[in-house]
Amino acid sequence: MTTLVIAEHDNASLKGSTANTVTAATQCGGDVHVLVAGFNCGAAADAASKLAGVSKVLVADAAHFADGLAENIAAQVLAIAAGYDHILAPATAYGKNISPRVAASLDVAQVSEITKVISADTFERPIYAGNAIATVQSSDAKKVITVRTTGFDAAAAGGSAAIENITAVADSGKSSFVSREVAKSDRPELTAAKIIVSGGRGMGSGDNFKILEPLADKLGAAMGASRAAVDAGYVPNDWQVGQTGKIVAPSLYIAVGISGAIQHLAGMKDSKTIVAINKDPEAPIFSVADYGIVGDLFEVVPALIKELG
Amino acid sequence: MKILVPVKRVVDYNVKVRVKSDHSGMDIANVKMSMNPFDEIAIEEAVRLKESGVATEIIAISCGVAQCQETLRTAMAIGADRGILVETDVELQPLAVAKLLKAIADKEQPALIILGKQAIDDDCNQTGQMLAAMLGWPQATFASKVVVADGKVSVTREVDGGLETLSLTLPAIVTTDLRLNEPRYVTLPNIMKAKKKQLDNVKPADLGVDATPRVKTLKVVEPAQRSAGIIVPDVATLVAKLKNEAKVI
Repeated sequence: MTTLVIAEHDNASLKGSTANTVTAATQCGGDVHVLVAGFNCGAAADAASKLAGVSKVLVADAAHFADGLAENIAAQVLAIAAGYDHILAPATAYGKNISPRVAASLDVAQVSEITKVISADTFERPIYAGNAIATVQSSDAKKVITVRTTGFDAAAAGGSAAIENITAVADSGKSSFVSREVAKSDRPELTAAKIIVSGGRGMGSGDNFKILEPLADKLGAAMGASRAAVDAGYVPNDWQVGQTGKIVAPSLYIAVGISGAIQHLAGMKDSKTIVAINKDPEAPIFSVADYGIVGDLFEVVPALIKELG
Repeated sequence: MKILVPVKRVVDYNVKVRVKSDHSGMDIANVKMSMNPFDEIAIEEAVRLKESGVATEIIAISCGVAQCQETLRTAMAIGADRGILVETDVELQPLAVAKLLKAIADKEQPALIILGKQAIDDDCNQTGQMLAAMLGWPQATFASKVVVADGKVSVTREVDGGLETLSLTLPAIVTTDLRLNEPRYVTLPNIMKAKKKQLDNVKPADLGVDATPRVKTLKVVEPAQRSAGIIVPDVATLVAKLKNEAKVI
């Protein structure tokens, strides 16, 4: 029994989500191979080969893999799918885009966003925005799965897998990459951060988010937001934490001016420690917070920054 | 240009659903049902493409129980021209839905199929991508902007860390993200008009599709609840707790 992990990477580096997916793969049983399909992606392949638990890294290197187009990456996975019982991808924008194409082409169901491996064919996954956890069993011969990264620890370094080059499939020719606008930031990425400082509608404006910046800087934290704050146009869409945004589980999550709508809680309630700062003592966020401060965030946040020294 | 828009009937997003006491599933008897919010965005986008002269006909499709007709009527009230109900009482999973949609796409030959990126009940996020694979079409998921011109569709997608833009040759699949548009309110005259629009009814067997589920739900439970913590009086206490008790800073 062998499991294939579809690596998420940007050619130059391997995304952290791949390491979490490798951990889920090792729990499915058997050997774990990682497919790195990219362009000039040697560095990403090297990083994959060093993950503990990986026995082989397959590299498909071609110009039409440079931007991770779903049509091309899925075709490459299908070219080697015959040798695998499980095919796993991280449940990130990258993996969610590719994986169902693979499943449909193999005429098998996909099990999305698993948070636990019970056995080789049985998994736990959240449904209804995390309001329930379903235990599901796949009857298909091949299991195609996306992995919620917060449900699994990252595979440690220390492996030394063999790297094997494989023949790249042809370009589908049906889609092409045009451009990318990636917000430049010195802060850690939201889904990989150990600490997150998040603001909600209580911030009142986009300008007011600036008062959170020194706090995030002091803690080396990423910055996030609730859907209400994003909908109000205070901050960019990709800051959104929640059911339809990013699912995060840092060791410390500081929610500032966030009331705690269920769809927001769905995205952050697995954080190790949650701090809530809100002027409304009845706000639902306090029901999940380890530590709460009831007060005006415009007084509490500067005081907190000062206290941190 | 013809556009297909599949719409799913789901528990209304304002309803707090509960797990059944026997853990066999969710208790959705007698709760308010609505169109999946992402599908509403998909219909709205199709209607805007028609209003701007790009699209000529919009066909809404729903797969499921007889009451999905109501969802189709809503889609037609927003502006779809006609509806197709694929009626079955069998539990439908994304793979089966994609097969049903493929059968209809083969017949209707649309240039574009716009779907919601995920349903808010099973949170699968699969159907659009699966349908694209089955049809052999290109896809652009999680769209925040869609522009059709010269036999191509240019789609700006919400990806981790920002946005990316792809260009797809038609026919193609697009799945909607939250901020593609804001669906219009349905007016009473349009609801009345929608009642007179054509609604066809087919069965999975008519389409030659075996819709048997491949994934079995063994049990459904409430998630582990976080217990509420404590309210601290000031930031000094908070910082001390974070350092000494939680040890996270």
